[in-house]
Amino acid sequence: MSLFEELGGEAAVDAAVDVFYRHVLADERIAHWFEDVDMERQASKQKAFMTMAFGGPHHYTGLDMRKGHTHLVARGLNDLHFDAVVENLVTSLNELEVAPDKVAQVVALVETLRDDVLSRTPAPATEA
Amino acid sequence: MPRLNFEGRDYALETGESVLECLERHGVALTSSCRSGVCHSCLIRVLEGAPPPAAQKGVKETLRAQGYYLACCCRPDADLKAERGAAQQRYRAIIESVHPLNATVARLRLTETNGFTYFPGQFLNLVHASGQVRSYSIASVPREDAWLELHVGLLPGGCISTWVHHEAAAGESVEFLGPQGNCFYVPGRSEQPLLLLGTGTGLAPLYGILRDALGQGHTGPIHLFHGSVRRDGLYLVEALRALEAEWPQFHYHPCVLEGPAEEDIAVGAIDQLALERVPSLKGFRVFLCGHPDLVRQMQRKTFLAGASLSDIYADAFLPAAAAASTPS
Repeated sequence: MSLFEELGGEAAVDAAVDVFYRHVLADERIAHWFEDVDMERQASKQKAFMTMAFGGPHHYTGLDMRKGHTHLVARGLNDLHFDAVVENLVTSLNELEVAPDKVAQVVALVETLRDDVLSRTPAPATEA
Repeated sequence: MPRLNFEGRDYALETGESVLECLERHGVALTSSCRSGVCHSCLIRVLEGAPPPAAQKGVKETLRAQGYYLACCCRPDADLKAERGAAQQRYRAIIESVHPLNATVARLRLTETNGFTYFPGQFLNLVHASGQVRSYSIASVPREDAWLELHVGLLPGGCISTWVHHEAAAGESVEFLGPQGNCFYVPGRSEQPLLLLGTGTGLAPLYGILRDALGQGHTGPIHLFHGSVRRDGLYLVEALRALEAEWPQFHYHPCVLEGPAEEDIAVGAIDQLALERVPSLKGFRVFLCGHPDLVRQMQRKTFLAGASLSDIYADAFLPAAAAASTPS
């Protein structure tokens, strides 16, 4: 069974989106990044993000992630913000009583997006 | 093999093929992104045929009601006729009456609308003889009203609103395009509490949504907050009080920013007053109409107060220039 299925599939995504996005908007470290966005469009974007984080079906590439955040990086999006998002994700999953090993898998998956979201060249494997 | 008629042309669907795949195979460009039913970029409107329910999974109720499906998840087993988005149609109607609701809002009723169908709360684009176009929300309920009702606020220098207030007369012909918008009531979950909130002529769609919900047997509590700067900006106060007396589940909350305090009219900011009276919105369906700043702010506040993202419907009244060029 895939991580996505183990987490409960689409129904789990639906349940998690509201909880997660509410935490994000209440977090003053990152809420301002969402100040001007259209909530209706955010709903489907957050769902897409959550589906990806849960290891579900998606077709977003690293390049999509990069393009989608370039303008934010130019305005100062950095690791602290990425960390805050991950933290809120973990808090949400804990609230939803997701098993700790599954939470760790979700976090690992989201971490693979970090360099693309922040428009960085990934560190070469030799230095990793 | 099922056939797909898309915007007037026929395409043969291969076994198990999605509408998106079929269109791409034939070189028809349809916006898409995730190809797995998540991002909703590839929504199409089905005009004839019954696509599998899987193609509507996660699609917002109001879009479902209008026949929208996800092209990437739509693998039909029978013939289908579909189009890209909602193509606006042009209609002609006759002015039944123009009647003042207060000093700055006029009620425009249209008849002989030539088969125009809509959901109360959607909007249409009124076309003036000069070619100017303005959006107005629909306050009438087709099941109950023999006319199409719009509430037109008089704007200084507003070409269409000035015409409606000062020149338009019964019997004249008008042209409009529509319907548009996803801010309306969909039956089901009839015990769900509803929050309706708007300022100024934002009451028009809410008045339609309210009467639609009541008429369709909605039993859950319905809170309508209507706000204005001063008392003289409110309208339909008596009509709403009468509905409140008739329907025990309906609660009308008129609000004004500037006093004096009057019986049954709250003084203060509408967003604060609403969240004071209905502090938790968990499980609510929310409808927000009117000034774009208020709508945007309230989308966030109602979500933070517990309403689910999928249960918040909004109709921001954009300024004329933007509204005319925003057909979405």
